[in-house]
Amino acid sequence: MGQEMKSNIYKGPNRLLTFLNSKKVAPYVFIFPFIISFTLLTFYPTIQAFVMSFQRILPGQTEFVGLSNYRRILNPTFYQAFQNTTTYVILTCVILVTVPIFLAAMLNSKFAKFSTFYRASLFIPSLASIIVAGTVFRLLFGETGSSFANQVIGWFGVEPIQWQYTSWSAMFLMVILSSWRWMGVNVMYYLAALQNVPLELYESADIDGANVFQKFFYVTVPHLKPIITFVTTISIINGFRMFEESYVFWETNSPGNIGLSMIGYMYTQGVQRNDMGFGAALGVIIILIIFVISIIQLNLTGAFKRGDE
Amino acid sequence: MKKIYFSFVFLLLTIVLIACGGNGATESGEEAEEVVTVGDNIEGASELTFWTFAGTHADFFEDAAIRWNEEFPDNPIQFTAETYPFDQMHNNLTLALQSGQGAPDMVDIEIARFPNFLQGEIQLEPLNDLIEPEIDNFITERLDMYSHEGQYYGAPTHLGATVVYYNTAIMEEAGVDIDEIITWDDYVEAGIQVTENTGVPMTTIAENWYGIWPFVRQSGSDFFDDNGDLTLDSAENIEALQFVTDLVIEHEIADVTPGGHYHSEEFFGFMNDGGQASLIAPTFYMNEFMVNMEDLDGNIEMRPLPEWPGSDTRSVAMGGTGTTVTNQAEDVELAKDFLAYAKLTEEGNIALWTQLGFDPPRWDVWDSEEVREDNDFYRYFHDDIFDILLDIRDDVVGVHMSPYTPDVLEEIDSNIMFNVLRQQSQTPEEALQQAAESIRAIMD
Repeated sequence: MGQEMKSNIYKGPNRLLTFLNSKKVAPYVFIFPFIISFTLLTFYPTIQAFVMSFQRILPGQTEFVGLSNYRRILNPTFYQAFQNTTTYVILTCVILVTVPIFLAAMLNSKFAKFSTFYRASLFIPSLASIIVAGTVFRLLFGETGSSFANQVIGWFGVEPIQWQYTSWSAMFLMVILSSWRWMGVNVMYYLAALQNVPLELYESADIDGANVFQKFFYVTVPHLKPIITFVTTISIINGFRMFEESYVFWETNSPGNIGLSMIGYMYTQGVQRNDMGFGAALGVIIILIIFVISIIQLNLTGAFKRGDE
Repeated sequence: MKKIYFSFVFLLLTIVLIACGGNGATESGEEAEEVVTVGDNIEGASELTFWTFAGTHADFFEDAAIRWNEEFPDNPIQFTAETYPFDQMHNNLTLALQSGQGAPDMVDIEIARFPNFLQGEIQLEPLNDLIEPEIDNFITERLDMYSHEGQYYGAPTHLGATVVYYNTAIMEEAGVDIDEIITWDDYVEAGIQVTENTGVPMTTIAENWYGIWPFVRQSGSDFFDDNGDLTLDSAENIEALQFVTDLVIEHEIADVTPGGHYHSEEFFGFMNDGGQASLIAPTFYMNEFMVNMEDLDGNIEMRPLPEWPGSDTRSVAMGGTGTTVTNQAEDVELAKDFLAYAKLTEEGNIALWTQLGFDPPRWDVWDSEEVREDNDFYRYFHDDIFDILLDIRDDVVGVHMSPYTPDVLEEIDSNIMFNVLRQQSQTPEEALQQAAESIRAIMD
């Protein structure tokens, strides 16, 4: 009797638990919280932005205006923003994908001294507030002859540069700020990947008489390939999303728009100028650009292929 | 089919990566920088919230709230002032008014952003019933800057009359008597004398609208005419910008402002060290002198703008913040009454001067005992500030605002001044025409 009671009591929960634990259902249970937050906080706003991109939105007077927002996008300011952002993406990708590999390899080598110290030093910038970091960079690269950067180039006999007012140096400032900030994070990714490279491969390479560089290019790099693909992808996406790197130097109006990024353009038009429809249209275009470029990049690196083909 | 499905999943993934990814700067700072509350210990006090981007404005209203509660014990208020960074406050307000919730009862809106809030169904409350009975006491040009179709939406913080601040030490060294500078030609001549005798420039030109708008307005023109049509590239405006450009390039008596504008740290240091002989800026700039340029104490005298050929205008009301009441205010009448008490009454206008050092938009207080009483501003500058203003009272003009004014100001900030003055890659005519073209494209 007593035993029967017990089994009766636990029958219900058991069934539920079994259901939730079943191989088919369990995965969905685990990703359920993410799906909810994704749908509410990301997917719904994205759809809404898509709808808004066909509207003219003013308090109490929202109306559909067809493609007029998209037609307005093709203007010189947008081209400038697109050009700036693309240049920025290319430069940051080249720097942030390649340099950290070498740094990680060096830090990982058994000859490196104080490697913990260097790891920490490289990583700390990513924890710094970009507003604070940007202020420091702005002062380092001031326009007067007494600013740090101008003093340094002065030792080599170079005339002071108006860092924040020239097109090439503006790009340089944004790229250097971003590189300084994210270098350590990418080094960490690579360092983690390096731990998975089997030591036997290096040993056998040694036996075959490979030198340091051959070991690096024929053993280390192939093993890092998945991570390289990953770092490239996030570098591209982060590059196209660039906003703060420009904001800290010029806020929203850079001279001659030399620091204008696509997101910056979206922000000034959509939020500051309260032209949400146009801002939304820009956002949709930016998503498409990133999507297409990521597809191309992942196809080229073979990330979509299965297995080890 | 599989490919389409895959592409869709990948698109979602891209969206996730774009949306997430740790964006420190944009997420931080949702909280107000500073919150001040008055009257939270009074039972039954009505709550009023106020947003601003200037800590001094919060202090000003805090003081007014204390006085209000003393004066009207039957109708006490619990007043909360929240100070946010400039951009964030205006953005939050845009979103709050757009979505119909979350806006404060009262809010400061800066002049360059004001037109953004006068579009669609206006979400601000008109102040006409409070302003109209007293309108003769105001310099109405200032009120017009915050109006739309005859409705006044903003309570001004100051008149903001543009004047010239002369550094008397440099002027003396150069042998120039500032009272003999009557016309802009005299100013240029004095500038040549200053540059030759002392080696410092007569002035520096800001790369934002402070470097062009006063001249445009003084010449009788503006960026928009009375019908709201764009006149940015009119002959008068080209001439005005040419005049500014000539100061830099032809006469070589002016430079581009270090840091690009008059509110940068670089400029404060430069001006404080006697880097330029005079500064063309509105009266509200007095406060910047006092706070950021202590070494110039007693060495600065202000005068009206020199005369522009063929124009009576001696000063232009520039910059400025209008305080508004939103339609989301719980008790609109109370918010309006308190706003009027703080900023539109005689007492409030006197406080604008004694507490903030702003030239009150009500000229009837300029002569009052309280305004004339000795204070730090008179000591730093000179005691006939308001005699100068009373003298030119009828010759002060405001600016025309249009829904597209922010676009013009943006073009000025990022293209016009940079290309004409710093890069010198365009003539004033080319720069103004190019900017006008891109703004007309938006207006169509």
